[in-house]
Amino acid sequence: MPSHDVLIIGAGLAGQRAALEAAQAGASVAILSKVHPVRSHSVAAAGGINAAVKVTDSWESHAYDTVKGSDFLGDQDAIEVMCREAPGEVLHLEHIGVTFHRDETGQMDARAFGGASAKRTFYVADITGQAILHVLYEQLTKYSDQIDKYEEWFSTSLILNEDGSCGGCIARDIRTGQMEVFNAKSTILANGGAGQIFKPTTNALICTADGMAQAYDIGAELMDMEMIQYHPTCLVSNGFLITEGARGEGAHLINGNGERFMSKYAPNKLELASRDVVSRAEQTEINEGRGAGPNKDGIYLDITVVPKKRVHEALREIVNIGKDFSGVDITKEPILIRPGQHYIMGGVRTNVDGQVPNVPGLYAAGEVACVSVHGGNRLGANSLLDTLIFGKRSGAHAAARASDIPMPQAPTSRLEVDRKKLEKIISRERTGRRISEIKDELGTTMNKNCAVYRTEENLQEQLEIVRRLKEEAKTAAIDDKGTIFNQDVLGALELEYMMKTAETIVLGAIERKESRGAQSRADFPDRDDEKFLKHFTFTESDSGPVLGEAPITFTKWEPEVRSY
Amino acid sequence: MPEFTLRIRRYNPETGAAPYWDRYTVDLEPHRSVLEGILQVKDRFDSSIGVRCSCRAAICGSCGMTINGKAGLACHTHLSEAMSRSKDGTIEIQPLGNMPVIKDLIVDMDAVHWKKVNRVTPWLLSGDLPEREHIVPRESMVDVTQPMACIQCGSCVGDCLAMEVDPDFIGPAALAKAYRFVGDPRDVQHEQRLKDLADDPHGLYTCTHCFKCIEACPKGVAPMNQIMRLRRIAGQDHHIEDVNNGERHEEAFVVLLQKYGLLSEADVVPRSYGGNGLTGGKLSPKSGEQVFQSLPFLAKAVLRGKVKISQTLFPHKLDSESLAEVKKIYKDVKGREERLELNLYITGYDEDGDPTTSEAIPDNPNEKAGATA
Repeated sequence: MPSHDVLIIGAGLAGQRAALEAAQAGASVAILSKVHPVRSHSVAAAGGINAAVKVTDSWESHAYDTVKGSDFLGDQDAIEVMCREAPGEVLHLEHIGVTFHRDETGQMDARAFGGASAKRTFYVADITGQAILHVLYEQLTKYSDQIDKYEEWFSTSLILNEDGSCGGCIARDIRTGQMEVFNAKSTILANGGAGQIFKPTTNALICTADGMAQAYDIGAELMDMEMIQYHPTCLVSNGFLITEGARGEGAHLINGNGERFMSKYAPNKLELASRDVVSRAEQTEINEGRGAGPNKDGIYLDITVVPKKRVHEALREIVNIGKDFSGVDITKEPILIRPGQHYIMGGVRTNVDGQVPNVPGLYAAGEVACVSVHGGNRLGANSLLDTLIFGKRSGAHAAARASDIPMPQAPTSRLEVDRKKLEKIISRERTGRRISEIKDELGTTMNKNCAVYRTEENLQEQLEIVRRLKEEAKTAAIDDKGTIFNQDVLGALELEYMMKTAETIVLGAIERKESRGAQSRADFPDRDDEKFLKHFTFTESDSGPVLGEAPITFTKWEPEVRSY
Repeated sequence: MPEFTLRIRRYNPETGAAPYWDRYTVDLEPHRSVLEGILQVKDRFDSSIGVRCSCRAAICGSCGMTINGKAGLACHTHLSEAMSRSKDGTIEIQPLGNMPVIKDLIVDMDAVHWKKVNRVTPWLLSGDLPEREHIVPRESMVDVTQPMACIQCGSCVGDCLAMEVDPDFIGPAALAKAYRFVGDPRDVQHEQRLKDLADDPHGLYTCTHCFKCIEACPKGVAPMNQIMRLRRIAGQDHHIEDVNNGERHEEAFVVLLQKYGLLSEADVVPRSYGGNGLTGGKLSPKSGEQVFQSLPFLAKAVLRGKVKISQTLFPHKLDSESLAEVKKIYKDVKGREERLELNLYITGYDEDGDPTTSEAIPDNPNEKAGATA
C-alpha cells in the first residue's frame, strides 16, 4: 500500500506545482494522474499569465481588475493573496526555465488582455500553458527521488477516515487494472474542471468533474457552481478555442452587418472587456439577427488587422488551428467564432491555503477548487496564475500539516467497495444506452439551457433532463470486458461524476435569480446586491443536494456599477 | 455525408491472440480528423478500442499513431489527407513504431520515449539567479520556443529510421529537447551537455539525416534541424571531436567551394580526413588510409568520369568572374557577427514582404512549419 505525507491527485499546473512545493518542504510526495502529466489540460492554456511584474504596475491594480472582473463575487482576501504573490511566481517560473517572450531590452514582454487596466500578461508565443507545464515536468523529473509519480492511475474515490478527515484515495492502475489504497496524511485535489458536461466545449475529453464529484461524495461543499464561463472566441465549426491573445494583439469583432459592435457594449475597452461581457454582446448580436456566416450564428474575428510578422511570432498556434480545423488563413481573412463553454469558476470550496473547510486533510487547487478568486467571471490569464499560486500554497500547507501528525490508518474497506463497483459495471448487460449517447444528450442540452443566457423555464427543463440522465447513466452499456487499459469502465465512472456535478450547476443557476458575471438570467436581467451578494454552496445528502450559503469576503473594494 | 473506411489494428494482450485488423465505416466531412473517425467508431460500434486522446486540438500530444504509413497525431490528420496516402481505399491505423504495444493503438511511451528524454538531463542548469528575470536576447527565447513547442507525442520517435537500426539511439525528440537547453543562454552547461551527447555511441552522430522526423512532427519542431544545430555548435564553438568525421567532411566542402567555386571530388576525401592544410590533407597518414580503403569506390568514379586523375593536381574551377561572385557570398556569410542560421522561428515568413521583416524567406511556410494539412 503506497503511503505518503502528501498525495496529489491530478498533475496539471496546480498538481505539479503543489508536488514541487511539498517536496521542497521535505515531505514524501506522490502525484497521481489519469493521464501522463504533460497531457493535462493546463497544456491548452494559450494566452499567458497575469502578474504585476513591471515596476510601472501594481498588485493592487491587478487585484482591483480581478475583483471587478468577478462582478464582486470573488473573495477579496484570496484575490489579494493571488495578485500579491503573482510577480514572485512568474519570476520563479522564469528562473526554472520558462521561455517567456522578451522585448528588445531582453526583459520579459507583456501583452494586453481582457478586463485588465495594464499590459501584464506574460507569455510564450501562444503556448504559455504548454511551456509552463513542460518546464514544471522537467522539474518533477529533476526531483524524481523525492516525488513518486503514478502516471495513468485513475482515482476512483477519496478515503474518509473514521474521524472525518481525508486519508488518501483509492485508485486503479489503468495499465493493469490493479486497484490500490493510497494512504496519505494530506491529500490535494488538483484534477481540473468539468467542461465535458457541455458540448461543444473548449475543454479536453479528460475534464469530467472527477475531483468535484469525489470531494462532494465525502462531504465537501461545491461553491459558485452556476458560474460557467463562455469564452468569446471559439470556432463555430467545432468549438475550438482561439486565444484571447488575438484580441490582446488588436483583433476586432465584426457582426453580420460588418459593424464593430463592441462599441455599443463596452465603449472604453471594446474587444478587451471581460469575457462575460464580450460573450453576452456576441450572443445578443446573434439573437437579434445580426450574426455572421451562412447560418448567421457566428461573429467574425478579424485578425488581419494585426501585423503579419507579429501574428507569426506571437499567435503561431492559432494560425495552425485556423488552417487545420477551419480551413481559414487568419492572416488573410476573418474567422467565424462564437461563445463556447470554457471554464467553471465554481468548484470545491477552499480557503487561501487550499484547505477544504469541513474535511480536514483535504485540499483543492486549480480549476477543481473555488477559493474564490474568480467569483462570477474569471479574467483571461488569471487561471494559470490561480493554479500556480494555490497549488504552491496547498503544497506548502499540506506538507506542514503532514509533519505534525502520524500516518492515519485509513480504512481499507473502501477498496473492496470500489473494486466490486467496477466489476459490476464491467459485467453489466448491454441493455442500457451507450455512454456516448447519454453524454451527448447531457452536453447539448446543457449548452442549450444553461449557457450564456438562462431562464427559469429552461433551467427547470434542464434539471429534469439531468435527473433523468443521472438514472440512465447507472445502466450505461460497456463494451470492454477486459482489465488492461479498460477506458470504457472509467468512462462510466466519469459519466456519473459529470451528472452529479451538472445537477449542482443547474440548481445554482436556478437559485441565483439575478444577473451577475457569467450568470445572465433573461428573466432577472439586473444584478441584485440586496439579495445575492453571497456564494451558494451545495453538499450531498441522501435526499439530494443541500443548498447552503457562504459570505463574500470584502477587504478594500465595495461593489460598484460595472462597466468597461 | 461522405463515408470513410478505417482499418484499425487491434491487439489485446489478455486474450493471447495475435494482432488483427478491424474494419469500420464512418460518415464524416473530409476535413474532419482521423481521431474524430476513431471516436465515432468507439461511440457507435465498439468502445473497447484502446486509444489515448484528450484535447482534440493538437496540443496535448496523446494521439500519436501511424496513419497510412506515416506517424502523426490522429487529431491533426484530416480524413481526406489520410485517404490521399491510401493504397487500397481505406485508412490504415496502427500504433506508433519503435515502441512496444500495450493495447490496440496504445504504446509504452515510458519504455522508449520518456527513457530517452530523461537521458538528456532534461531540465535547465542555471547559474546564479538574478533578482529579477534573466536578461536575454529576444531572438534566443523565440529560438528555443521551437523545441519548446514539442508536445512529446512521440511521432518522430515512431518514424525514426536510425532508431529502427539502433534502438539505443537517443533519438529525435530527446535531442530536440537537448537543443532546448543548449540553445538557451540561461543554461550554463552547454559544453558538458554536448560532450555527453557526442561521447555517447548512440548519441549526436547516430542520426542519418533522413528527414522522417521533420515530416512526422505536427508542431514544426523539426527535430533533425535541432540535431544538426547541436552538431554545429559542438564542432565549431566547442571543438568537440565528431566521431563520424562529419564536421571535417562538411568543412572540406565549404573550403573547396570557396577555393574553386566547384566541388573538386578528388580532394574531398583527403581534406575530410587530413584537414584543410597547405597540402589539402594529401600527406596525412589518416587520409592516405582512407584513400586506400576507398580505392574500389574511387576506381568506379574514375571509370564513370566523375573523377579525373589529373584533378588531383589541377582541380577544375569556375571562371574568375563567377568565382569572384562565390567569394562575395562567402565574405557576406562569414563576415557576420553571428553564425547565419536559417531559422524560421526567428525570421518569420512573410510572402508580402512586411517591412519589419529583415530577411524574407521564400520557402513555403506551411511545409517548413511541418503542418500535415
